[in-house]
Amino acid sequence: MILSRRSILLSGITVAAAGAMPGFAYAAAGTPKRLVFVIQRGAADGLATVAPTGDPAFAAARRAMTDETAGGAKLDGMFTLHPSLAQTASLYTGKQAHFAHAVATAYRDRSHFDGQNMLEGGGSRPYGRDDGWVGRLLTLLPAAERDAIAIAPAVPLALRGSVQVGTYAPSRLPQADADLIARLTALYADDPLLHPLWDSAVKTQELASDIGGNNGRNGAELGKLAASLMLPADGARVMMVETGGWDTHSGQRNRLAAQLRGLDQLIGALQTGLGPAWNDTLVIVATEFGRTVEVNGTGGTDHGTASTAMLLGGGLAAGGKVSADWPGLAAAARYEGRDLKPTRSLERVIAGAVAHHYALDPKRVMSTLYPDA
Amino acid sequence: MAVQYLATNRFGLGRRFDDPAIEDPKDWLIRQIGDYDPAPAAIAELAGREAIATAYAEYQGERQAMRREAKNAEMRDDDGSAVEAMRRMSRAGFRRHYGEAASARLAAAVATQTPFAERLVHFWSNHFAISADKQTVVGFAGNYENEAIRPHVMGKFSDLLTAAVHHPAMLLFLDQAQSFGPDSAFATRVRNRGRRQAPGLNENLAREIMELHTLGVRAGYTQADVTNFAKALTGLTVAGLGRGAGQRLMPADAQAGATVFVDRLHQPGALTILGKRYDQPGAKQAEAVLRDLAVHPATARHVSTKLARHFTGDEPPAALVERLADDFEKTGGDLPSLYRTLVASPEPWAAESTMFKSPWDWTVSMLRALKTPGLGERQNIAAMFTQLGQPVWRPGSPKGYDDTVATWAGSAALMQRVELASRIAGRIGDRADARQLAPLVLADALAPDTAQAIARADSPGQGLAMLFASPAFLRR
Repeated sequence: MILSRRSILLSGITVAAAGAMPGFAYAAAGTPKRLVFVIQRGAADGLATVAPTGDPAFAAARRAMTDETAGGAKLDGMFTLHPSLAQTASLYTGKQAHFAHAVATAYRDRSHFDGQNMLEGGGSRPYGRDDGWVGRLLTLLPAAERDAIAIAPAVPLALRGSVQVGTYAPSRLPQADADLIARLTALYADDPLLHPLWDSAVKTQELASDIGGNNGRNGAELGKLAASLMLPADGARVMMVETGGWDTHSGQRNRLAAQLRGLDQLIGALQTGLGPAWNDTLVIVATEFGRTVEVNGTGGTDHGTASTAMLLGGGLAAGGKVSADWPGLAAAARYEGRDLKPTRSLERVIAGAVAHHYALDPKRVMSTLYPDA
Repeated sequence: MAVQYLATNRFGLGRRFDDPAIEDPKDWLIRQIGDYDPAPAAIAELAGREAIATAYAEYQGERQAMRREAKNAEMRDDDGSAVEAMRRMSRAGFRRHYGEAASARLAAAVATQTPFAERLVHFWSNHFAISADKQTVVGFAGNYENEAIRPHVMGKFSDLLTAAVHHPAMLLFLDQAQSFGPDSAFATRVRNRGRRQAPGLNENLAREIMELHTLGVRAGYTQADVTNFAKALTGLTVAGLGRGAGQRLMPADAQAGATVFVDRLHQPGALTILGKRYDQPGAKQAEAVLRDLAVHPATARHVSTKLARHFTGDEPPAALVERLADDFEKTGGDLPSLYRTLVASPEPWAAESTMFKSPWDWTVSMLRALKTPGLGERQNIAAMFTQLGQPVWRPGSPKGYDDTVATWAGSAALMQRVELASRIAGRIGDRADARQLAPLVLADALAPDTAQAIARADSPGQGLAMLFASPAFLRR
């Protein structure tokens, strides 16, 4: 009898047990698992993405921007999804989306750069680590699921670690000829920095050559590109996608609506592009910290603390649910009187989702991804 | 030690094909401090602040007119492509200033006889980064570097800081132009009328000055310091650009694009920042804070660390940082003194060439090496650097571009460089001989295997591409 990890889970064997016999579980896996980490750089406003419209203090704090989520999907008695996230709302209905609210990393200041460093590095203080949580996760995965790539010109911190990772930035320049590539391969052979970079570049160029002019500019293109890099039998299995532009200090209403529309299309294109493989895919969308509860003087919000994270995919543990130990938005309930108070660790949310996805021992995942926690 | 290579690549921007031999590398670098011209020919010809502001105002006006027109049924009926085309045309007129300034920046870097000074311009421009992501900032980006950064790189750090913070590009980029004192005369009047939300504070600029430009992150300042500094900065704004309520308060004689101080927007009263009380009236309050921040010991350390990193590598030696910080504190932030100490220090000369050139540095060094122009006259310079992963004046964040090997040494980035080198080499063909060029530009760092690989290339063009993609040429 051949058991896939999926059927092991369904048959009621605990996650920990499946993790304890990885050889058995992985050998039978027909479709290797895929993981996509979408980073929202700039501090995305979780309170407008998954708006706590049922909180009595919400309207007073958001004032003129209370209706930012008008027309969005009602997720439950408390939360409303931003209307730009229409495809995501369908996933939620189909139990393929989960939102974890009032979450934050261990970081408690308000610098983007430190916050992103903590989100990616997974350390207990900024610049505490020079490798990232995805990079460390790769060491737990079997070889067949370890091929990782970032859609970025260089490897982002989250993916750095002991396992070599590729990068791909769509190029419109004419391709270098094969002979020059071969000669440079020889010239870089003894160079510790250039040799692995070049190997990866050559391999990726071969793999991505069929997507040509796809410049990844908008969300749908980016999602399509990501799917095209992950779908082939020898394609990437772990991916990081960069998104920026979330720092909505002013004019948040329109800017955030456009940002979330792009994100929604990215997710939609990823689902469409991956086809049946979507069922074995986990997408994690997270940001470095949230934004102030109150709207500022310029129709925007300033740097805050807790925000929301999204889990998407075909095999979620708790799809179609918003999880939150909701702290409330009344002034006294806020962090430092101004921000949504973090009541749950984002690191634990990520580690939990990853452990479930790969059927690994949650404790081992936590201690590998976040060794300083 | 490859002193010739380090002088021309680490400190300079790559050797020019016609540069005379350098007798004494340290003396060559120090002399550039005096020889530096803050307004080189390519840059002196660019449009000024007022012309850029006017172009932006026109762009805004056209956009509004288009919106009105788009509302009529005829245009709504089609697919909107006519509206989009008109919008693009209008934007093209305005964005021209950005493209022209980016081209001029490259021309100046390729031509300069003081490449160490020019590198410092690029360094400070990135330290005080603005990002041309916002429409309002795009046209001013080049003007910012040329008018706020260039004139002050051989002066005092405090003057450089003050000029950067007061330039419209910075005020618009970090939302200062829309920050109003909560108790200013203007906000109070709006509140008393009670018809709409009173305008308020935006702490973006204050935070980034402390975190990025001066003290450095986690340097001991608090949220209250940031808020108070933001209050001190209120009143500082840009004339003739915004649509905001504050525009009506501008002095009547202020030219579009001019930095102005509007007292009615300023938060009145004394403030305490970093434990010191500031009770100066109006604009003098923020100026006093800036003066103090500029000479703060944390600023000395922060700036010295970044400068040391730029000339040694990811982990700058502590002794060098210490020496630079001491110099900074002793001289009150005298930049030429800092540069002299840097050049005289052993550390930048001791390290191997471990730094990876940024796309900008690498492209400039290629073009400097070539007698025949490496790029076509119609090449869109701004688009090329965007393609290479380092859009000019658009790092995407006020932190500027990171300055580490990992920032630029990516596999896709490497392939893109090879592709561009290949294209440039294709244009040049046999009009350059890489076998003779290699010992000139790589000097004492030319490795035997690189020389051999170039000699064995199947064409002059391929040899040139291999020189530009060689390990020593990719580094500095």
